[in-house]
Amino acid sequence: MKRDEILSRALGPAAPELTCEQCFEELDRYVELVVSGERADERVPGMHAHLDGCPACAEDFRSLRDLVARQED
Amino acid sequence: MATALMTTPTQRPADSPARDWVKRLRAVGPEGEAAVAELHALLLKAARFEIGRRGAELRHLRGGDADDLAHQAADDALVAVLGKLDDFRGESRFTTWAYKFALLEAAVKVRRRAWQGREVPLEDEAWRRLADAGAGAGRRAEEAELFAALREEIERSLGPRQREVLVAVALNDVPIDVLAERLGSTRGALYKNLHDARRKLRRALAARGFEVGGGEEER
Repeated sequence: MKRDEILSRALGPAAPELTCEQCFEELDRYVELVVSGERADERVPGMHAHLDGCPACAEDFRSLRDLVARQED
Repeated sequence: MATALMTTPTQRPADSPARDWVKRLRAVGPEGEAAVAELHALLLKAARFEIGRRGAELRHLRGGDADDLAHQAADDALVAVLGKLDDFRGESRFTTWAYKFALLEAAVKVRRRAWQGREVPLEDEAWRRLADAGAGAGRRAEEAELFAALREEIERSLGPRQREVLVAVALNDVPIDVLAERLGSTRGALYKNLHDARRKLRRALAARGFEVGGGEEER
């Protein structure tokens, strides 16, 4: 594991972030904004930081994004 | 596997307006039963998609076992979705909202299955990683000091649960859902421990003169 990755994992995001529960609550809306190219991070503040800090929620995000994107194709 | 399970845009069932989904799912009799069956099929598709993309984690499982896992995830997701219909706010398509339950159930099941019978790594593994990172900092003495200070503060500033979660999840790659199951906790509760631990570390390192930023933010 590289230096920056260790520090990032140990110290987490510096910006304010959502909780896991809030992340799950907003995930469907956030994903649709991302897939449609809208400004998802402005519309759902704290989500990006949480996805940086929580590997499990980040995986859930990527899965839903990819599944929804396939439906849009 | 996942690709074969996905329907093409022309074949997929129409994503009925959200209110129709909710209304049909609440209907009594054949209409309600048909809606539940249609929802279950969508959830199963999502669960198979998730399990398919996590094939590497389940390489020891036979195909039938993986599909059993998908069915379990879809069944559990169906219960969750039907129990939370009142929470659906209509801010996304109903299918997107429902999919997230199936993906979560499938992902958690895969992570737990992949860690079945495995011990959670000890703190020594994390200390070795920190020592390696410090040594890898080479001639930049300040960076080596930062990693040494990080270990000291993990041992000194954090409570036992905060240290346990930070070491396991952030440094030793233990999935948070696996740790939650073993500690009888939840992802959300453990992430709160992790968040609080990280904030303490930022503050402690900042107090020692390291520029790590963000030590004062509130959640």
